[in-house]
Amino acid sequence: MFTSLSNRRDFIKKMAKLSAITAAATMFPGILFAEEQEQGLPKGANLDWKKAPCRFCGVGCGVLVGVENGKAVAVKGDPKSSVNKGLCCVKGYHSVMAMYGEDRLTKPLVKKNGTYVETSMEEALDLIASKMKETIKDHGKDAVSIYGSGQWTIPDGYVASKLFKGCIGTNNVEANARLCMASAVTGFLTSFGLDEPMGCYEDIDHADVFVLWGNNMAEMHPVLFSRLLDQRLKRGVKIIDFATRTTRTSMAADKSILFLPQTDLAVANAICYEIIKNGWVNETFVQKHCNFSKGLTNMGYGLEDKYKFSDKPEAVSFEDFKKFLNDYTPEKVEKISGVSAKDIKYMAAYYGDPNKKVMSLWCMGPNQHSRGTWMNNLIYNIHLLTGKISTPGNSPFSLTGQPSACGTVREVGTLTHKLPHGVVMKKEHREFAAKIWDVPVENIDPKPTYHTVEMFRALDRGDIRFMWIQVTNPMVTMPKLKRYRDGAKKEGRFIVVSDIYPTPTTDIADVILPSAMWVEREGMYGNSERRTQYFEQMVEPPGEAMSDTWQLVEVAKRMGYEKQFYYTEETHIEEIYTEYRRHHDNKKHNMAPLEVLKEHSGMQWPYVDGKPTKWRFNAKYDPACSNGEEFHFYGKPDGKAIIWQRPYEPAAESPDSEYPFWLNTGRVVEHWHTGSMTRRIPVLHRAMPHGYVELNPGDAKRMQIRTGDNVKLTTRRGEIVLPASVNERGVPAPMQVFVPFFDENMLINDITLDSFCPISKEPDYKKCAVKVEKA
Amino acid sequence: MPIKSYLAHPQRGKKEELIQALSALQECDVLPSQNEEVIVVVTDTEDEDHEKKLRKKLEDIDSIKLLAMVSGFNTPQKK
Repeated sequence: MFTSLSNRRDFIKKMAKLSAITAAATMFPGILFAEEQEQGLPKGANLDWKKAPCRFCGVGCGVLVGVENGKAVAVKGDPKSSVNKGLCCVKGYHSVMAMYGEDRLTKPLVKKNGTYVETSMEEALDLIASKMKETIKDHGKDAVSIYGSGQWTIPDGYVASKLFKGCIGTNNVEANARLCMASAVTGFLTSFGLDEPMGCYEDIDHADVFVLWGNNMAEMHPVLFSRLLDQRLKRGVKIIDFATRTTRTSMAADKSILFLPQTDLAVANAICYEIIKNGWVNETFVQKHCNFSKGLTNMGYGLEDKYKFSDKPEAVSFEDFKKFLNDYTPEKVEKISGVSAKDIKYMAAYYGDPNKKVMSLWCMGPNQHSRGTWMNNLIYNIHLLTGKISTPGNSPFSLTGQPSACGTVREVGTLTHKLPHGVVMKKEHREFAAKIWDVPVENIDPKPTYHTVEMFRALDRGDIRFMWIQVTNPMVTMPKLKRYRDGAKKEGRFIVVSDIYPTPTTDIADVILPSAMWVEREGMYGNSERRTQYFEQMVEPPGEAMSDTWQLVEVAKRMGYEKQFYYTEETHIEEIYTEYRRHHDNKKHNMAPLEVLKEHSGMQWPYVDGKPTKWRFNAKYDPACSNGEEFHFYGKPDGKAIIWQRPYEPAAESPDSEYPFWLNTGRVVEHWHTGSMTRRIPVLHRAMPHGYVELNPGDAKRMQIRTGDNVKLTTRRGEIVLPASVNERGVPAPMQVFVPFFDENMLINDITLDSFCPISKEPDYKKCAVKVEKA
Repeated sequence: MPIKSYLAHPQRGKKEELIQALSALQECDVLPSQNEEVIVVVTDTEDEDHEKKLRKKLEDIDSIKLLAMVSGFNTPQKK
């Protein structure tokens, strides 16, 4: 790679130091390392430290932001936060620097005759409102759309949903979380009837074994991974890394097991087979709390426009399920997956041991999967069969990658089918939302429109004419990107992009709005463990930058919805949050009041009788349980969770003689997603300045490719040239390559495939066929 | 070229002595906690052989009660 080794070594030393500090903090809550934490602070600084959730990933670490003379100048971990106990990862420690990049957007820009011209915010907002009205008049309400993200604060997403679904009357509301955790949502909904994990991070302190399913936690969730390592030091817990590629997580794990892409489906079924065969089923639990179902198979992969799929669940018996699993003996699955029968039995034995508490953790591996919903179901199957669920340390735990993927996208419901409470398809849910939103119930369309991939296809086709993109960068992240970039640039499309820096997405915009970032405004995020965290405005945004919430409110008012958008500028966040809480005013999802959020380092929902709920569905901890039993899966009408019969099916595209390698894509620890913020932080950019392609050392040797050599990757969508990385950070299995997606100058998504899980509609970024050549 | 990080726990009342001893080793970066009896140590050595020798030196320090490795990275050798 191009990174200089001295920079790399400094960076690695810093990572090693942070790992140790993190481990120390979990052993000694409140521990101080002043020298490290105050390094780089201005001498003699008189800082005002204020709490906030971290801006980056979904872990939701509590941070303290040091402000001096109106500028955020330092960050340290919040020792009062139960999430990170005073620690931060390398991105968190440098997060305030992301606000002060040289090319920060500070003025609205409007494209006139092919050139961007500075304008006033008033004029830009007027233009957006008039373009929306014009588009609706000429092409209908379903020709306008909004595409947000899991970085939207809760108020941002809430007003977007209210404006588009409640006032305009279109369900063209989507968010980039569709690309990262939609399969987790549909997994939860199909297995339990309610979204989001039943457990919490405290499970880490109780579990004996951690199984990481396609989850490079050491790089993607380093603070949580340090908590795992600390438990190993203290209690000797086991960490099993089950993945397609050897990573830093594999190197730190007690055991690394590699499987062939897509065959995690077969291995999960083989684990269930072993559990049943060896009599490890918790029969009382299964009998009392579980049903068995199967759905449709051979669903396709969503490759064609306007693809539709609806599953047709059908009840099956435990005996049927056992028969189904006969195709998944460890010996048979060894041949499909490349995982030895011995290793399958090794994993099954931990899940089956009644004296071991097991936590399964996963993120993009099972989610960005053409059978992502099934993979989520299968992990739950294992925990349900053994009754290892909803108790401290027994926890299937789906992690998220954005600070408010849970809080905003899943809880507010900024997806086409969702409402803050319930779904658009249900009359009673529409009536409930309409009452709070103060709109006629007829305004809310009962039919979902486009999921993310289809929304961009609709933009290409011309079915959508207006799109407002806030706080996300789809012109880097969309799979099969070229089609969607070309589509967005077609005549007759009007694109608004709200962001803090120029990106490939602002390049397609007709109007660019400068946004206020993170602590330049007030808001809330919701993390992976159902924790809602508040942050106050600490500094002024630059120039005319404005929060995404207020941009939407201003446009809504201009479109004639003053009654629904009654909020005042000074108090709108409190007003919006108070209104939003009404949607979840029940024991299953109650959100803590704002004054509680202000006082604490976040609070988990359901928040009932002044207390957070750590473990849902367990009567000992969850006041919503009402069936008189130990467990109550109240998301389903009969209170029972579902064990799903889901087979192994191949990926949409597999290697062949023309394209003989697997292409896998993902992230790196230095950069957060598309790098639009972290690439403007000098220390992170220097540590990882370019994209690259990782090759297996055996393949590289055979092809005479060494680190730094240019390599051409060709798929059926196009080609790209990247520098090689051999035997460095990650090591792919033979005939597989890995490319991170953070580098906008090396857009790997130009050549990925837009196949998706037919149930969740989440694309599979982990698998397509590629030809690899020395360039 | 291994880089490793450790938590070094001093013998009772020997934290300062341990900080001094660790700081004297060229391959070690030392970061003591201000309010707990624990010291973060990051080691940076040429190769596995040097790493083993250093580890022996660390374990031989009298004021050290426990040396627990937290993370280890092995980077390509500078050419």
